[in-house]
Amino acid sequence: MPFSLLKYGLKNDYPFENDVDLPSPTELKKHYDVVIIGGGGHGVATAYYLAKYHGITNVAILEKGYLGGGNTARNTAVIRSNYLTSEGVKFYKESVDMFKGLSNEFDFNIMYSSRGQLTLAHTDSTIRSFRQRTEVNTHFGGKTELIDPQQIKELVPTLNMNPADMPVLAGLWHIDGATARHDAVAWGYAKGATQRGVELHQLTEVTDVIVENGKATGVKTNRGTVSCGCIVQAVAGHSSIVAAMAGIKMPITTYPLQAMVTQPVKPFLDPLVSSSALHCYVQQTGRGEIVFGGGSDPYPLYNTRSTLDLKESLLASAVEMFPFMANLKLMRQWAGITDMTSDYSPIMGLSPVENYYLDAGWGTWGFKSTPICGKSMAELVASGGKVPELIAPFAMDRFDEFRQVNEMGATAASH
Amino acid sequence: MKIMNCPLNGPRNISEFVYGGEVKTMPNSLTCSDKEWADYVFYSDNTIRVITEWWYHSASGYWFIAERHTASDEIFKTYDPSELFNERIEFESKPEPVEEKSA
Ligand SMILES: Cc1cc2nc3c(=O)[nH]c(=O)nc-3n(C[C@H](O)[C@H](O)[C@H](O)COP(=O)(O)OP(=O)(O)OC[C@H]3O[C@@H](n4cnc5c(N)ncnc54)[C@H](O)[C@@H]3O)c2cc1C
Repeated sequence: MPFSLLKYGLKNDYPFENDVDLPSPTELKKHYDVVIIGGGGHGVATAYYLAKYHGITNVAILEKGYLGGGNTARNTAVIRSNYLTSEGVKFYKESVDMFKGLSNEFDFNIMYSSRGQLTLAHTDSTIRSFRQRTEVNTHFGGKTELIDPQQIKELVPTLNMNPADMPVLAGLWHIDGATARHDAVAWGYAKGATQRGVELHQLTEVTDVIVENGKATGVKTNRGTVSCGCIVQAVAGHSSIVAAMAGIKMPITTYPLQAMVTQPVKPFLDPLVSSSALHCYVQQTGRGEIVFGGGSDPYPLYNTRSTLDLKESLLASAVEMFPFMANLKLMRQWAGITDMTSDYSPIMGLSPVENYYLDAGWGTWGFKSTPICGKSMAELVASGGKVPELIAPFAMDRFDEFRQVNEMGATAASH
Repeated sequence: MKIMNCPLNGPRNISEFVYGGEVKTMPNSLTCSDKEWADYVFYSDNTIRVITEWWYHSASGYWFIAERHTASDEIFKTYDPSELFNERIEFESKPEPVEEKSA
């Protein structure tokens, strides 16, 4: 390695000249076997696995903006599987396992960093729910422990053990907790998919879905109409809007979710730390910046504006947890619009329209599921609508049958 | 901070208010199908336009109605619910008395 690096250093030309990431744009074809609406992580991952595992390559990903420019590039990149329900834990655990191998698979560094995630309990009832999550997680092969204040102090010496006069009583220590570079995940999948023949069309907005006799047969876009064998919708915040084009009403409400980041400082914080009562999570990136995230905005809105209110409330909590951060300067604040379900679980699978598949309801927690969701959606499409067992509990009609998968407690504060 | 005009208390900080959901017609829970009830409870158009919604001023415990655009966040109108609801709603549910069973 050092030798090849030296050779590269002495060379006059750039050795990767012809190794472009994505092919240049082409005209839209008249017909595709599969049209994927939305070029976020989920859309490109679905295309990648369709091509890789099922040999289906006559696929177009239609993205109204640019690759990964939606919530994929806006999230705080928390990857974890310490949810509450067995349906949820089983699903997210697979995703965490897949993430570990992605850099090798793509031959492209997604900067997967397994640093552990610590959630703080300030009440007895939270400890009880943490105990349950530890058991469920361990049962499905995840690494999660309940730890005491002494162990917390050793893990995070800079943490205030009595933030906002709410003593830290215990912690849910999720050893598998990790982060990855979100853009790299989208690019890795897009590169792998397009190399196998999938077309990625950016600046291509779906404006209508053509449904004939209850079957989806094509889409209208700002660049013309295309017909297709089937459609996968993966548009996150715009789920209700795009589904309505196919005549589908969804159990989703769209809320903004904001996050912010400070100037870089020396490394001091290895694990991701979140407090269940303060609705705040804090993590330090590889560049040294500190990322803050918290709960959604208090009312529904399709808007990515940032607010001073959220800055004030979120940072008040962050400074309670790490008082010395009061002196840091904030560098950026941003928002994404998130498709929230009332049980805090996603919607994957069939829809009331034939050949129209849904990948939605990812709200504030869908980055971590990108690999397993893409793989499962590809399986669903390739089999012509046979729902894989792993995602069956997340069908949209669970709401009609009143069998929600309640993940609210395990999702609300830390996504 | 964003200001909302409370029909009872006048202009107040938006943080004093709680969002209460879209104004929808409740189906009769005794006669409607499960699907109709699910539709009322969980499903929503969730679209981009001016929506008529319930809001609550938490400091004074007052529910009212607002018309707000779901993309620009502009609040066009706020008014007392009596402007929409001028008839008393009767709840027909008559729970059967629970009989004590001896073991
Ligand atoms: C601030 C923030 C923090 C978050 N933190 C985390 C976290 O720590 N961990 C975690 O797991 N998740 C997190 N999430 C959630 C996560 O980002 C999303 O659930 C996930 O990225 C969804 O991926 P996606 O590919 O489905 O959607 P997106 O990446 O949003 O992609 C959808 C794409 O569809 C496109 N689109 C929309 N309408 C149309 C149309 N009509 N035609 C064509 N294209 C269209 C959009 O332009 C967009 O690019 C966070 C989200 C936010 C906003």
